[in-house]
Amino acid sequence: MIKAILIFNNHGKPRLIRFYQYFAEDMQQQIIRETFHLVSKRDDNVCNFLEGGSLIGGSDYKLIYRHYATLYFVFCVDSSESELGILDLIQVNLLQFVFVETLDKCFENVCELDLIFHMDKVHYILQEVVMGGMVLETNMNEIVAQVELQNRMEKSEGGLSAAPARAVSAVKNMNLPEIPRNINIGDINIKVPSLSPF
Amino acid sequence: MALKIVKGSIDRMFDKNLQDLVRGIRNHKEDEAKYISTCIDEIKQELKQDNIAVKANAVCKLTYLQMLGYDVSWAAFNIVEVMSSSKFTYKRIGYLAASQCFHEGTDVIMLTTNQIRKDLSSPNQYDTGVALTGLSCFVTPDLARDLANDIMTLMSHTKPYIRKKAVLIMYKVFLKYPESLRPAFPRLKEKLEDPDPGVQSAAVNVICELARRNPKNYLSLAPLFFKLMTSSTNNWVLIKIIKLFGALTPLEPRLGKKLIEPLTNLIHSTSAMSLLYECVNTVIAVLISLSSGMPNHSASIQLCVQKLRILIEDSDQNLKYLGLLAMSKILKTHPKSVQSHKDLILQCLDDKDESIRLRALDLLYGMVSKKNLMEIVKKLMLHVDKAEGTTYRDELLTKIIDICSQSNFQYITNFEWYISILVELTRLEGTRHGHLIASQMLDVAIRVKAIRGFAVAQMATLLDNAHLLTGNTQRNGICEVLYAAAWICGEFSEHLEDPMQTLEAMLRPKVATLPGHIQAVYVQNAAKLFATVLRKHDGETESQAAQETSQLLIDRLPLFVQSANLEVQERASCILQLVKYIQKLQQKNVEVAEEVTALFAGELNPVAPKAQKKVPIPEGLDLDAWINEPPSGSESEDEKPKAVFAKEEPKHSRSRHTEVDEKELARRREVRKQEQASNPFYIKASPSSQKVYDAPGVEHIPVVQIDLSVPLKVPGMPMSDQYLKLEEERRQKEKAERKKKEKKKKREKRGKERKADSGPESEEDITPAHQVDIVTEEMPENALPSDDDDKDPNDPHKALDIDLDKYVPHCRHLQFIHVLHIVMCRNEFFSKTEIYDFRRIQKKMLCSIETRLNQLSWFPVQKSSKHKKKKQKKEKEEKEKKKKKRHHHHHQHHGDAGGEDSVQNGTVEEEEPLPVSQSHSVSLKREVKVYDIQGNHQDESKVVVSVIFENKSDSFLKAMEFNVLDSLNSKLQRPEGAGAHDSLTVPFQLPPGVSNEARFVFSVQSIVMPQKLKGTLTFIVKSDESSTHEKLDFKLHFTCTSYLITTPCYSDAYAKLLESGDLKGSSLRLEGINMPFHHLLARICFHHHFSVVERIDSCASMYSRSIQGHHVCLLVKTSDQTVSIDAKCDEPSLLGNVLDEIKQTFSKC
Repeated sequence: MIKAILIFNNHGKPRLIRFYQYFAEDMQQQIIRETFHLVSKRDDNVCNFLEGGSLIGGSDYKLIYRHYATLYFVFCVDSSESELGILDLIQVNLLQFVFVETLDKCFENVCELDLIFHMDKVHYILQEVVMGGMVLETNMNEIVAQVELQNRMEKSEGGLSAAPARAVSAVKNMNLPEIPRNINIGDINIKVPSLSPF
Repeated sequence: MALKIVKGSIDRMFDKNLQDLVRGIRNHKEDEAKYISTCIDEIKQELKQDNIAVKANAVCKLTYLQMLGYDVSWAAFNIVEVMSSSKFTYKRIGYLAASQCFHEGTDVIMLTTNQIRKDLSSPNQYDTGVALTGLSCFVTPDLARDLANDIMTLMSHTKPYIRKKAVLIMYKVFLKYPESLRPAFPRLKEKLEDPDPGVQSAAVNVICELARRNPKNYLSLAPLFFKLMTSSTNNWVLIKIIKLFGALTPLEPRLGKKLIEPLTNLIHSTSAMSLLYECVNTVIAVLISLSSGMPNHSASIQLCVQKLRILIEDSDQNLKYLGLLAMSKILKTHPKSVQSHKDLILQCLDDKDESIRLRALDLLYGMVSKKNLMEIVKKLMLHVDKAEGTTYRDELLTKIIDICSQSNFQYITNFEWYISILVELTRLEGTRHGHLIASQMLDVAIRVKAIRGFAVAQMATLLDNAHLLTGNTQRNGICEVLYAAAWICGEFSEHLEDPMQTLEAMLRPKVATLPGHIQAVYVQNAAKLFATVLRKHDGETESQAAQETSQLLIDRLPLFVQSANLEVQERASCILQLVKYIQKLQQKNVEVAEEVTALFAGELNPVAPKAQKKVPIPEGLDLDAWINEPPSGSESEDEKPKAVFAKEEPKHSRSRHTEVDEKELARRREVRKQEQASNPFYIKASPSSQKVYDAPGVEHIPVVQIDLSVPLKVPGMPMSDQYLKLEEERRQKEKAERKKKEKKKKREKRGKERKADSGPESEEDITPAHQVDIVTEEMPENALPSDDDDKDPNDPHKALDIDLDKYVPHCRHLQFIHVLHIVMCRNEFFSKTEIYDFRRIQKKMLCSIETRLNQLSWFPVQKSSKHKKKKQKKEKEEKEKKKKKRHHHHHQHHGDAGGEDSVQNGTVEEEEPLPVSQSHSVSLKREVKVYDIQGNHQDESKVVVSVIFENKSDSFLKAMEFNVLDSLNSKLQRPEGAGAHDSLTVPFQLPPGVSNEARFVFSVQSIVMPQKLKGTLTFIVKSDESSTHEKLDFKLHFTCTSYLITTPCYSDAYAKLLESGDLKGSSLRLEGINMPFHHLLARICFHHHFSVVERIDSCASMYSRSIQGHHVCLLVKTSDQTVSIDAKCDEPSLLGNVLDEIKQTFSKC
């Protein structure tokens, strides 16, 4: 069983957390802090297994993590999971499947910013890989196919009514320097209805 | 309308979405908390709006904030709203939020049951998928119970995407609702051979998780898994299966033998390191399980060890780590083969990677010998000094102690060395393991008599330097050591050089800052030391020293008398009075030493930790019976200190003298207390006694110069290192002496074989430095040799320890209606005379099973051909008689420990053993068959009966035909063109030991009455030499409950239904129901397919619907052991029958 999946960056800022066992919010943050503390002080050329984060603890559990550029991917698993298997799951190593690779495909080229702005999307992808603490699917093509089908469904549901929102968010995302960063939303909101002379 | 939508969406496009929120937070780095709190206010506003899109957007943002540590449980209801949106986009957001923040304590979770059920049966597979994923994270026992059946149905969904999720989530359901395991298991097993690899993998996953905790119940699946292992190409599945085999082999060594070959093949063929590693691991497990029986596997062990050595030598740290991990498994059974790689392991101890060092530490345990123990420990001590981080250092500490103390200090040759190691370990800052060191000190001092003198001297120094240990508040873990030190000094005070000094050290005011239990030991042992001092000065008339000691105690003890800790206070006041009394005697020049020493006379022996447990309880002793009737009220508080006293100080064998004194003291204390109580001016911490506290304090505050730049060294402590040298020298000397002796011998035995004495010393050659007398732990005379099984009673997996092969009569099936058993097997040969006996046995067996089955299952009638017809007839009659009786009595017979029991669903109809074939007399084991009947709302006149056929015989069964004699009301659905009485062919054959499931559809016209259908199963039994035609008769019992389907109902709809006046009422009273109300409800829900609409205290309304749409409403009330059920239904006879069935369910408990 997988007890928790944590993704955080080099400064310990959480980018995605997924607990398969209940912890209260403050406990979750403490676990993240402690895990970050444990993981961050390790060199890149030491092994990817860690025992005894006391919070997530128990002798049956260990932390399996990988460090990519600015991100740490940490899995907390018990002895029923294969250590190398989980590492493979995090990144293709010797088996053919992955989690990060999946993200890669879905986001073209994954970088920390993608995770920051699309936490929900990452969750949806993760849900196709791990469910309730157990590995659901390891076939990358299958995962990608399912995620895409669901996204397509979301788009088709959005239809016309979602179009303006999409347009606005596209504009917002253009991130042009001359546009003030914080548009006063309140003002425009009032103006828009007054423009339409019905 | 269209305008409203457009306007809504235009409004919405200026709401902050998730990306805006994230961007905003990033732009407000300085005042993030403030920014987020304004965002939360906005979200609260958004949640108040009617537009579901706005709500979903808000919930999405909340999910993000939850990740940052904000509690969003206040929005739980809004999350449920979003979950119930009809649009997938929003539903998905809702479920995601729910899975992140719902848990068992979330109260709105109970509102979700119907929504989830609706989503599960949604035609859109992604709605179902999202619901399953969400549910897997927040499933509660209630949800599991209510939805288990729906999820089970999904396990046979047409889409593999749903199937695999449904299969996987079943594990969570089992954990929360263990009763569901048995009925779901056959289907789960079926999924192991699902055509879709994903579903197969999920099934393997679930069964592996189940089997890991309770492997013995899954041994029967081994052949199936073996087949999968040799056929599957999915590494993930392979790894799981191989891991599972690792858990199974210890239980079945024959399996292990079979495994070795394919596993070795895999090791050679696979390129996947993960698979290779798991194979090696399982081979190790196999070899370990075989090692007891067959010692001839050393070659395989060597192979594994060599493979692991390659892993350990690999530059990849991960492989190194795993190699060490696997190595430690071999170590347990084959320490010799690991020992040859000592060099490698010691090398890993210096690895820069902590995880690897920890693993290497584990292995060290098996590496030590008498010869190298000191050397290895020295190395570890160096690591202790260097170690950063308390985890690793604590680990080192425990390992050092483990290594040294293993198998009764087997490898320790010099206990002085060990004591000094322990003393050195006390220098560790902030360790949690003070108690461990303390218990070792006690252990050694008590058990190794020769060391006591040395130990006491060391402990005295420790006590003298106690300030070093307690000086820093962070180091309080280590002060446990003082507990041991004080006790050792007190108990073995005769070895002390200067007891007076130690006594003084133990009574320093600083002691009052120690934890209570340590102070208590201090006080008690101060008294022991006092006795020793007196004894020393015994005989000297008017001894100044003795009187000074008394005065010291009288001066210092009041400090402890004021202690807030009861234990300390009680002991101190006791001893203070005693000393005062002694002082008086001293002043009169009375010899007291003898009598005071008698207080602490007698030697303590170590007692094995489980000694008490192992004493068998004598016959006729009931430990739970009251000795005296319990007094009503507060007895515990007064007794508490006493109990603690007895526990901390197990010296029960004091001389009578003591008792008198203590009684006297107790009396006096009582008087004093009463005086104090009646004196209004008495204030507990009086200023005068405060002075007493201060005065000696000032004098005795030690002026300590601690140079913190230098590692702390306890002054006067011998360093353990020097022992290493000493030991080396000693051994050299011994060796030399031995050589001399041998030379002498040689001279004597000239011409005889020469012994090679230049080689390394063997273990036996090393003699201990001291004559060590290790006292073994005492056990009671009649102790039982058994070991206790220390299973955690809170382990949720314990509930899943269900033997799935065994048929349990009170099978808790979900809404399955019948479970029926056809047992028939025909392989053991008996002579004719034996038959009769066997039949009687079988009959008895069947009867007893039947009684317990309680109408749950039926047995087939095996129409036996020619033989013994008369006898059988007789038997039949007898049986019928018995049966009648049974029907009267079986309610009482039904012994169900679990409390929850079976429904009156299927009925045991007929049984008759023994098919007797012409030439042989054949005995019966039989064949098991389980079936369930399910109706569905879509088709109001159809019921599906699924039957599991299992062949328990050794013969091949084929051409099975299933037929039921139709009644006017119920008909077996036959394919078009078939005649009304034709049999249905069962679409499979059954090799021996195989089971399979077939489903038959029945059409039912009226459902208001329960009914029974007679049926027959014909089949051909094919054995090696012959094939015969056989027949089994059975009856199917359709109860009225079986036509009910759990249907959710909202309370307002329910109220309307009751108001409508279409329903007719009836009621039922049950007496003597002795179970909690929620159990009662659960039972009705479970066995009779109702759902709870509303529950208020001990009153609940329940609802169910029949397949033909009859509403059945129950109002259940309970007040001490009486349950009244008022029921309403639009069909009175259906209601009557259902109530009868409910009554029967409860009459069984």
